[in-house]
Amino acid sequence: MALTGLFLCLFLVVHLAGNLQLLDASPEGRLKFNAYAEFMTSFPLIKVVSYVLYFSILFHAFDGLLLALQNRRARPVRYVKEKPMANRTWYSGQMAVLGTLVLVFLVIHMKSFWYEMHWGGLPKDADGNKDLFTVVNAAFHQGWYVALYVGMMGVLAFHLMHGFQSAFQSLGLNHPRYTPLIKNVGILFAVMVPVLFAMIPVWMFYFNA
Amino acid sequence: MKLTLKIWRQSGPNDKGRMETYPIDGIEEDMSFLEMIDVLNLQLVREGKDPIAFDHDCREGICGMCSMFINGEAHGPGRGITTCQLHMRRFKDGDTIFIEPWRSGSFPVIKDLVVDRGAFDRIQAAGGFVSVNTNGNLVDGNALPIAKDHADTAFDAATCIGCGACVATCPNGSAMLFVAAKVSQLSLLPQGRPEAKQRALAMVEQMDKEGFGNCSNTGACEVECPKEISLEHIARMNREYMAAAMTKE
Ligand code: HEM
Ligand code: SF4
Ligand code: FES
Repeated sequence: MALTGLFLCLFLVVHLAGNLQLLDASPEGRLKFNAYAEFMTSFPLIKVVSYVLYFSILFHAFDGLLLALQNRRARPVRYVKEKPMANRTWYSGQMAVLGTLVLVFLVIHMKSFWYEMHWGGLPKDADGNKDLFTVVNAAFHQGWYVALYVGMMGVLAFHLMHGFQSAFQSLGLNHPRYTPLIKNVGILFAVMVPVLFAMIPVWMFYFNA
Repeated sequence: MKLTLKIWRQSGPNDKGRMETYPIDGIEEDMSFLEMIDVLNLQLVREGKDPIAFDHDCREGICGMCSMFINGEAHGPGRGITTCQLHMRRFKDGDTIFIEPWRSGSFPVIKDLVVDRGAFDRIQAAGGFVSVNTNGNLVDGNALPIAKDHADTAFDAATCIGCGACVATCPNGSAMLFVAAKVSQLSLLPQGRPEAKQRALAMVEQMDKEGFGNCSNTGACEVECPKEISLEHIARMNREYMAAAMTKE
């Protein structure tokens, strides 16, 4: 769980860096983004990493849901009165729900862009690359799609708020000197990454013609 | 003070069980929570009713028997205490108090608030010990040099009283804090090192066999533990376990 979770965190950073190029909507910016997308789908080394990524998502989701199911079974009779907020954050106890929402979003998200890029038969841009920019731009001009995207980034933020530091603890990395630092970096990561992701569709919705 | 108690009643392991309401009067602030139950039981016996079965022994926070889930928290409100160390001044006149047994598939209810914590004994028996030579050639414990910080951390882990509040409070019903305390305590000391690998593997295996849930690091156990056992011990057990699993032959 921890290794795949941290690998997914690393992926988020790379993915975010790529997406930020969408903010440049000038004709050259669009061509550059399309060229980048073409590179990411064709370069052999990236292809290998992308298979590791697909495997990580599936393993992380499958194992996470299996663990959550076992956890439910471990308490067949529930308490009549329970005060969960007294001793833990609400999101630390809802990782499976948050994760499932992220998974649902991932499917929609991959259908919109990843599937289109691979098999969608997109028109070509001036450089002969598939014109993914136009597809993204169109998607992010639909209010409901932007709202869904922003909402789901909120869900991801809470998943990471617990998940980031949790992964270190799972790996046995707990130290009085470094754990507070890891926790703070985790909160920063959990806020910054989804906010930056969410900023892109909002920006495109309001400022890209 | 006057209170309304809502208490789990279950006549035996096969009874379905239900919450029952008991009004009670004349409770003093200085009574412990268990003394308050004693007063209720006296009243029930006088009325010819079945008194409430609950576990208790030392009544001073060292035996770990007094398992009660009070108003939604293990051992009730307050930190670093067991139920016997909880005083009625924590409550107000007119309060309604919910009292339930530990809830875990691995701790079956025997009667009312009494649960069977035999699963902890079986985990201990799987590896929570140091094999010693008993033929008379004993070594003086003080002859072994032990770093002060290790001795202190081992002692902190050793204060676990096996009460089960960690399991009761964990949203996953995980026993990691208890097992980690036992693994840590022994693995930090030179006497425990020779068997550290087998111990970590065997105790975790037994824990899983008993059907406890998986740790997802919510940290609820650490907050409710009467001995304030730290999550650091869980991390240490994770390290011990991973190292043992990767190098076992
Ligand atoms: C970009 C996507 C995701 C990232 C970056 C991510 C990251 C993480 C991290 C770092 C952890 C902590 C692991 C640990 O403590 O050992 C975690 C836990 C968890 N994740 Fe995810 N996750 C993602 C998607 C998902 C999905 C799609 C699901 C399920 C459908 C999911 C379900 C879970 C569950 C149930 C846990 C708690 C498991 C446990 O700690 O035992 N996650 N995630
Ligand atoms: S770790 Fe704490 S809560 Fe768990 S059994 Fe030991 S003393 Fe009780
Ligand atoms: S009765 Fe011994 S700890 Fe409470």
